[in-house]
This record gives sequence, C-alpha cells and structure tokens, in this order.
Amino acid sequence: MTAFLALVGLSARLSFGGRSGGALVGLVFFLAVVVVVPFAVGPDMNLLSRIGPAVLWIGALLASLLVLDRLFGDDRSDGALDLLRLSDLPLELVALAKGLGAWLATGLPLAVAAPFLGLLLGLSPNTVLSTTATLVVGTPALTMIGTIGAALMAALGRGGVMIAVLVLPFTIPVLIFGVSAAAAPAMAPAPFLAPFLILIALTLASLVIAPIAAAAALRAGLD
Amino acid sequence: MTTPDDRAPAAGDHAGYGPGRDHVRLTGTGLAAVRGLRTIFSDLSFAVAGGELMTVTGPNGTGKSTFLRIVAGLMPAAAGEVAVAPAREDGHAALIHYIGHHDGHKASLTVRQNLDFWRRFWGGGPIAPALERVGIAALDNLPIDVLSAGQKRRAALARMLVAPRPIWLLDEPLTALDAAAEAMLGDLLSEHLAGGGLALVATHRALPVAAARTLRMEGP
Amino acid sequence: MTKKAFNKIADGLTEAIAIARGEAKPAHLSVPSDNPPPLKRRGIVPTTPSMSLVDLANPTRFLGFSQRLLPFTWAVALGLLAVGLYMAFFTAPADYQQGDTVRIMFIHVPSAWLSMGCYGLMAIASLGTLVWRHPLADVTAKSAAPLGAAFTFLTLVTGSLWGKPMWGTWWVWDARLTSELVLLLMYLGLIALWQAMDDQGRAARVAAVLTLVGTINLPIIKFSVDWWNTLHQPASVLRLDGPTIDISMLIPLFVMAGAFTLMFAALLMMSMRNEILRRRVRTMELTAAGLGA
Repeated sequence: MTAFLALVGLSARLSFGGRSGGALVGLVFFLAVVVVVPFAVGPDMNLLSRIGPAVLWIGALLASLLVLDRLFGDDRSDGALDLLRLSDLPLELVALAKGLGAWLATGLPLAVAAPFLGLLLGLSPNTVLSTTATLVVGTPALTMIGTIGAALMAALGRGGVMIAVLVLPFTIPVLIFGVSAAAAPAMAPAPFLAPFLILIALTLASLVIAPIAAAAALRAGLD
Repeated sequence: MTTPDDRAPAAGDHAGYGPGRDHVRLTGTGLAAVRGLRTIFSDLSFAVAGGELMTVTGPNGTGKSTFLRIVAGLMPAAAGEVAVAPAREDGHAALIHYIGHHDGHKASLTVRQNLDFWRRFWGGGPIAPALERVGIAALDNLPIDVLSAGQKRRAALARMLVAPRPIWLLDEPLTALDAAAEAMLGDLLSEHLAGGGLALVATHRALPVAAARTLRMEGP
Repeated sequence: MTKKAFNKIADGLTEAIAIARGEAKPAHLSVPSDNPPPLKRRGIVPTTPSMSLVDLANPTRFLGFSQRLLPFTWAVALGLLAVGLYMAFFTAPADYQQGDTVRIMFIHVPSAWLSMGCYGLMAIASLGTLVWRHPLADVTAKSAAPLGAAFTFLTLVTGSLWGKPMWGTWWVWDARLTSELVLLLMYLGLIALWQAMDDQGRAARVAAVLTLVGTINLPIIKFSVDWWNTLHQPASVLRLDGPTIDISMLIPLFVMAGAFTLMFAALLMMSMRNEILRRRVRTMELTAAGLGA
C-alpha cells in the first residue's frame, strides 16, 4: 500500500508539471476551447447555455486526453518503468496508481474549473451543479481510458495526437451519459439520476478494465 | 490494507532474506533471445551463488544487455528459464537491482526527491548515508537534470544502497564514471558480495573486483 | 494487495494457456509429457507435421493450402454474386413503400454483417496472438483490419445512399449508422497502430490488446448510442429494415451474404499471403545484411 500511494504521489507530481503541458496547460486548453465556441456559434446566451454542458464536457475530454500522451512514455525512455517493474507491486496496480495520480493532477482541476467556465456560458446554477458533479465522477473514466492510450503510446515509442485517434472512440459512452446527466436540468423532463448512475458505473468499470489493458499493452510493447 | 508482506525491510536486510541471504542462488537454463526475426543468443545457461560476481563480456550486438534484461524478468526469454533460490511467493522481481543504459531518474525532481520516491516505493533506509557513500551528498537539492552523466550514475548507485537487495544486475556500470567513482563502485561490489549478495555485470572494461565467473557472449 | 493474489490468478491463466496450447495437461490428468521446443511458439522452428487444423497455423502450409483454395473461393464467390445480383435486380420485387431503393439492401446488409463479423474475427485472432502466440494469428488480424474498414465504409455509403430518398438527407444520426461510424473509427485507429510500428511482433501484441479492449467496449458503445438515440430522437425514425422481410427478398439477401462472405474470405487469404511473403522478403533482406540468424 505504501508503494501504491508513493506512486500515486509521484504520478500526480510529475503530471502536474508534465512535459506535455501538465495541469496548467490542460486548464488553459480547457479555457481556450470554451472561449472559442462562442466565436463559432455566436454570442447568443440562450444557445450557449443550452449547449454549455456539452461544450464543457468536450473541452474536458480533449484536455484530459491530450495531457496524458507521455504518461508511460517518459517512464519508458528514462528507464523508470524497468525499476517500477522490479517490485512486488503488479504492473496492473502500477498502471492504476499512475492513472489515479494523473487524474488528481490533471482531471480533478478541470472539474473544479468547470463552474467558473460555466459562468461564461450562462449556465443556470442547477446546470453548473450537475455539470460539475458529472465531471467529478466522469473525468476519472476519461483519464483511465486515456491510460490505455498512454500505454499504447509508450509501446509505440511516440506521443502526440495519435493517443486521441486511438482512444476517442472508447470515450463515447462516457461522453453520452456525462452530457446527458449534465444537461438534464436544462432540458426539463430529462432524467438526471439514470445517466448519472450509469456514468458512475462506467467510471468504476474503467478503474478495473483500464489498468489490466494498460498493463497488457506495456508488457506487449516493451519486451 | 497493510499486510505483513508490505512491511518495509530494514536497511541491510536483503529484502527479507536477513543474515541467511548467502543462500541466494541465481540460475538460468537454456536461455534464448529473439529480437524481431533474429536469434540473438540461444541455449545459454549459468549459475551464480551468493557472494559471487559474474562478468558478462563479448563484442557489441551479442546480447549482453538483452541477457541482463531477461535475467531481470524485464523481457521474456524465447526459451529457457531463470530461477532464484530460495523461491519466493511474490516472484523474484523485488530481489533485483537493475541498472541499465538509462538511470531511471525523473529529470524534473531533485536528487533527494528521486531517491525518496524509490525509498518509499521499494521500502528502504535513510538516503543521506547513501548519498554520502557515492560522493554526491552536496548535490542532494539540485534538480537531477543538471547533474553530469557520471553524477547521475552515482545517484543510481545510491538508489541501490537505499533499498538493499541481494541480486545486482549492472549493465555497463562504468560508463561515465571517473577513476574515483570506479574505485568506489569496486568497494560497493566487494561489500555487496561479502554480505552474501551476488552480482552480474556486463562490461567491456576490467572491473576493480575479481570475478568468480565470466560469461563470454559470442553471438548465436 | 501483494503479488500473491495476482500470481495465483496468473498461474491459473498460465496453466489454462498451456493446456490450450496443448503443451500441458490439467493437473489431475498429469502425464509426463515431453515439452515441445519453446522456440516453436515464435514460428521460428516449423511445427511438426501432423494432419489437423493446427496445420494451417504453419505459414508455409497456409501458403500452399490457400493457393489451392483461392481459385475455387473466387469462382464460387463470383458465381453467387452473379446469381445474387440477378435476383436482386430482376426477381426480387420492389418494396411497396421504398420502391426500387430497397435493392440497396442487398449490398448494404451483407456489408454490415461483414463489418461486424470481421471485428469478431480480429478479436479471435487477437486472442490467438496473445494466448497462443500463433504466427498466423497476427497476420490474420493485420490483414483483416483494412478489409473490415472497407466493408464498414461500404455500409456507411450504401446506408447514406439509401437514406437520401427515404429521409431526404445524406446522413441521419440513426443509432445503427452511428454505431457503424464508431466502428469505422476503431478500424482506422487499429490500422494507424499497425502502421506506426516497425517491429511486427510487438505491433501484433499491442494491436491485439486494443482490439480486445474494443471488443469489451463495442457492446457498451452500442448500448449508449441506442440510449442517446432514443433520448434525442422520437421513435418516428424510419428503421433501415422493415418489420418483416418477404421470402422473395430473403433468398437473394442470403445469396448476396454468401457471395460477400466468400469474397471476404478470398480477399483475406490474398492479403494474408501478401503479408506472409512481405515478411519473408524482410527476413531475407535482414539475412542478406548479415543481421539474420
């Protein structure tokens, strides 16, 4: 357990100031996406408040994936991955710890920033609340799915946009249920609880499946 | 969630082997390595007991690094197997220190932060004496990226002292080391062997310690 | 939380894999058996000759076998295609509602079946790569991906052509079309992954992991897209298939499905042959450069 927590801490620390941007660049990217949208759709506050939850979710999705591309790649190129494997912690738990640390440093700040960006989009207080809640429980799923992508990138020995190409299709369910729950207050009869619970289920499933897949990709790619 | 297995071993205690660690024995039988489509080596066997040093020599491209990675369990062998005696339930990964071509340091952290992570991750003793021993105690608050290649290598050696383990696998450890550091590595190796540990060292240069065995790699 | 629990699972898996490979017997049936040379797994040493399905796993045997089979496969496929097209155009009646447009179904539906069947084949091949380390499994997966993408693309294009007169627009975010589009994205991602790696052995295992993750994910995607579809669109959307299909349409449909499947099989065999030969050329080049063993 000590080893696991130590690795979560290291991963959070490295992701916070990581080579492909880290937490700050992720946040700025998130802000930039939200700022760019009104230029595309026009400054109509009614329209913006209607599509606001979706804009925030897409921004968070891209931001949380793009900062992950070197999550395992750096460990591979500087040799730390070898050392991480020379321990009693199974590679699956190494992947889980890396993912959790990365989420603390890059995913959670996005959810925290969402209410402020929601103001720019004219979201109602209820929608701000629902969007923030869905991002808090949904971004771990995005980060964990991104962890699979990061492991594939490490196996490929490269980084960059390719991670989004490989991973985006897998995030579609998270996006669907996240946005459905987030936008529920704005679309009166739409249910909130059902998609919200499914979103939680997706997050829990990703916490189990993603580390196994990431470890398999690392093993497959590194020998 | 803490089980007895998670207990951090005390310094000098070779990952739970204690004083009886000279029982450690590392054997490989019928090892073969394949990279892409070519066979690098095949039918390679060896046995090293606690207190013994085995040097691995041979021209470039004969698979010295691959051999060490296979022994470390970082690469699957195409054939054959590696065994550590006495067997351990959790596998022998946690009995091995490996220093490869990359030092494994996190460039953005300081020397102390790097070692502190491994101390907590692997379980181990204090950092300051280890840094003192390899002669970089004064550098402990510098980002590891500003260190020279030789100083980084010294930090990697300090990492082995922080969390003692009975098996050392060193791939060209003399690279970038100056004469003083070379002698220091010789001392570390002697002490490690005297304490009952064993070491496999791939090298082109003569080591300051006498090797009990030599494995000469000559290609497939 | 230690490796102990993991190792137990891993041991169980290893045993299961060994049994599946035919290298070991279950403990309760334990018989001292001679282990085959492990190099065999990597396809370096030819497998011992014996007449069984496993023979096909040997690339050389596959080359010979497929060479004999290909002309027949093509002949039957083209024959069925001719019959199927004739029936589709001339004997099958026009739909009372959709008119002659319904004839697109005879291309569209078999393509859609193959687009999904091909992914299933790749998932099985990926298991073959990861579990049995079959030399032919990764060749199958690699060769199938572009074919799957092509059939998925064909499904989307024919669906779109069908949709234009029915819906008055080229594209509708219908649940089925959307799922097919996601499937196309996954095929393209896998192809990109194969292209991005030089070492084909590693690429095979990495792509196999992604394929299997996709296999877990596809039903979830299908479910969520259906959910999303019912949320955003009332059930008035015209479904691509009618509630019942008359037997006069069903027969040409099955003939076309047979023709497409055989065509797929023939194309896959050709693609696999190319891949095997390409790898052999590469080995020869390496040997010539003094790097081979």
